[in-house]
Amino acid sequence: MNQQVDQNLGEVKVIVFRLDSEEYGVDVQQVKSIERMEHITRVPNTPSFVKGVINLRGVIIPIIDLRNRLGISEKEYNDSTRIIIVHVEEMEVGLIVDAANDVIDIPDSAIEPPPKVVGGVEAVYLRGVAKLTNRLLILLNLDKILNADELKQLEKFGA
Amino acid sequence: MELNQYLDIFLEESKEHLQNLNEKLLALETDTQNTDLVNEIFRSAHTLKGMAATMGFEKMASLTHEMENVLDQVRNHKKVVDSNMMDVIFHCVDRLEKMVEMIVNEGHDQVDTEDLITQLETILSGNPVHDLKEVNSNHSTTTNNLQSQTLLTFDEYELTVLLQSMESDFSIYQIQVNLDEETILKSARAFMVFKELENYGEILKSNPPVEEIENDEFGNDFTIILISKKNQEEIRKAILNISEIQSIHILEIKKDQLTSQNQHMETQTVEKNSNKSSAGTNGQQKKHLSAKTIRVDIERLDELMNLFSELVIDRGRLEQLANEINHAELTDTVEHMNRISSNLQNIILNLRMVPVEQVFNRFPRMVRDLAKELNKKVNLNIFGAETELDRTVIDEIGDPLVHLLRNAVDHGLESVEERIKNHKPEEGEITLKAYHSGNYVFIEITDDGRGINREKVLNKAIEKKLITREEGNQLSDKQVYNLLFQSGFSTAEKVSDISGRGVGLDVVKNKIETLGGFVTVDSTPGKGTTFIIQLPLTLSIISAMLVQIQREKYAIPLSSIIETAIYKEKDIMYAHKQQVIDFRGHIVPLIPLKQIFAVPDGEIEEEDISVVIVRKGDKMAGLVVDSFIGQQEIVLKSLGSYLPNVFAISGATILGDGQVALIIDTNALIK
Repeated sequence: MNQQVDQNLGEVKVIVFRLDSEEYGVDVQQVKSIERMEHITRVPNTPSFVKGVINLRGVIIPIIDLRNRLGISEKEYNDSTRIIIVHVEEMEVGLIVDAANDVIDIPDSAIEPPPKVVGGVEAVYLRGVAKLTNRLLILLNLDKILNADELKQLEKFGA
Repeated sequence: MELNQYLDIFLEESKEHLQNLNEKLLALETDTQNTDLVNEIFRSAHTLKGMAATMGFEKMASLTHEMENVLDQVRNHKKVVDSNMMDVIFHCVDRLEKMVEMIVNEGHDQVDTEDLITQLETILSGNPVHDLKEVNSNHSTTTNNLQSQTLLTFDEYELTVLLQSMESDFSIYQIQVNLDEETILKSARAFMVFKELENYGEILKSNPPVEEIENDEFGNDFTIILISKKNQEEIRKAILNISEIQSIHILEIKKDQLTSQNQHMETQTVEKNSNKSSAGTNGQQKKHLSAKTIRVDIERLDELMNLFSELVIDRGRLEQLANEINHAELTDTVEHMNRISSNLQNIILNLRMVPVEQVFNRFPRMVRDLAKELNKKVNLNIFGAETELDRTVIDEIGDPLVHLLRNAVDHGLESVEERIKNHKPEEGEITLKAYHSGNYVFIEITDDGRGINREKVLNKAIEKKLITREEGNQLSDKQVYNLLFQSGFSTAEKVSDISGRGVGLDVVKNKIETLGGFVTVDSTPGKGTTFIIQLPLTLSIISAMLVQIQREKYAIPLSSIIETAIYKEKDIMYAHKQQVIDFRGHIVPLIPLKQIFAVPDGEIEEEDISVVIVRKGDKMAGLVVDSFIGQQEIVLKSLGSYLPNVFAISGATILGDGQVALIIDTNALIK
């Protein structure tokens, strides 16, 4: 992981979003669009972080609550709640976040490997932490967060 | 000529011919005296050769050529079909299939064919030909004629046409025309000759080519190859009637001259030869093959399908709006649009449907080879080959079926000795059956072999730690057999000693599940085994009943619904604590969807109980919902790869208002 970050010389463009007071970032390459909250159709017998599916211009997209997924207590959705549609490999999934409002470039040199504990989020879900002049950005590892095998495991145990 | 654009057609047609060869050869093997079959085989091989040569696939052309030589001998009763010959020819077909595959993947046909060609040559040189003399005499007469003029060279395509014409009892003449030296309008004169000859047959080519003759770019003589049914003298007279012709030499070309030329010939490409009349014959051949069908890229169909499904969603929306607005003209228009789009829908859906035959037809050959290899006698029965399935499913289902069939021949059926000992007919029966039922297609593979040994499967499963002994004892036979599909099972080194049916079955299961289907197995020890594959008609637009459960809407495919009914509280009975109803004299269990799907409570509280009676095979169940919304055409959409295998949900659809409704998989709900 560490090495991977080092090797990517240059900059990464990230979409910045908020969960509670923390700021997170995902690589813009993995983001398809940012949507406002809309009606979500619940899918029964799925893990609690799977909120259901939406119709995104004719395509059915599963939606997960990122707070719940990362083990942060859920909160009511409001006007600033956004769904970030990301794609990882063949999958397209929407992530519910508290707010999304920024796109910034981060020099690779600013990215450090994730510390053991950041805001209670398990390190395995993180790609690293970016230290900018006056803010700290947590970069997510979407591949881990959207790991379908893990989802299957969770389903098995009725999570 | 840009060959690339014909490559797809070539590949498709090659596959068809190879399939035809396989089928006819199989038939010939059991009916070796059947000349019709031999002719058919010959024709297929012949066309294949011509096509391959035209496309510049030399190896393929030369192998088919050799094969054709052998077949020709059979056709002319100079050789008899024996098992060695059949084997070699079957191998040739295999090699040709391999070449086609190579061409698809790597763009060339460089597969080694020397061994087969040698074998074919050995067959050819084998039994001396009875009427060798006749051939020789033909040869000597033609060589006499040859002294006056040399034979034009032909490329593979022309050879094909010539040989084909010979088969149809046409004669081939090479006519050399010498014009008078004084001739003023040579090209016009030549044109008259052409014109006259066209009355007698078809001109394949000329030397120099027509363009040059038309442009006066030739000396005093030119040569024409004519395919005709008339005799030499008639033709000679006809040409001599034209003035300013000094002399003509007609040479009848015999088959062996052509074939000998063929062997020496360097392959030439056809484009040189855009002679008018050869283009004519070319056109005729093509027409025969493609008069009524047109090949369409499956992706285009997918695109069409996607666009159409958007239209269906809008149609639903329009219907809803028209109902709300309740304007007569609007309602009429929407109804009309509904009718038209339903027809359109049927057409589009059918475009994607292909008979399962396309997959099945390679099995007789496979089973034959396998049976031979394993020294077993097998009779393969195929039923329902005309059953249609979505093209995408067809493409994927082949491998699992091959696997199951191999399994049936290899492990399912006993050896001949064992069968005799068990008072069974020597020949094992394998039945492959396809049929539609509801929204599914079923494919069954049945053998009349030894069946699955429950104990052995159980022992293996316990040994593999898939289950414990106690669990095992509780399982029904069927549940035990289904253990064979567990992934741990196939890794066993020698699975065959548990009657072997576990080999790679997990792969089969996975494949079928990715297609949205199921596979189960049933067996009677000593009597045989049946594998049943259930496949959905994917990507389709289906009729469904929309129902409401509290505030959620679900769709139930109409194909699995028997009817909807409303029951009173007092009509409900209990059997083993399970709610049941009496549905037309049948006791049907109730499945409360609200509980199954853990639907959050809403304010809706219905007094009567709305039940959708659904079936799976001969089993029934009543799904309890809050209310029926109505019947609607819906577009099946997948939940995406992030949410595979959600219990009892087979997909989703988009309703007229843009919201998503989940589609209930009733089969999962009926145990």
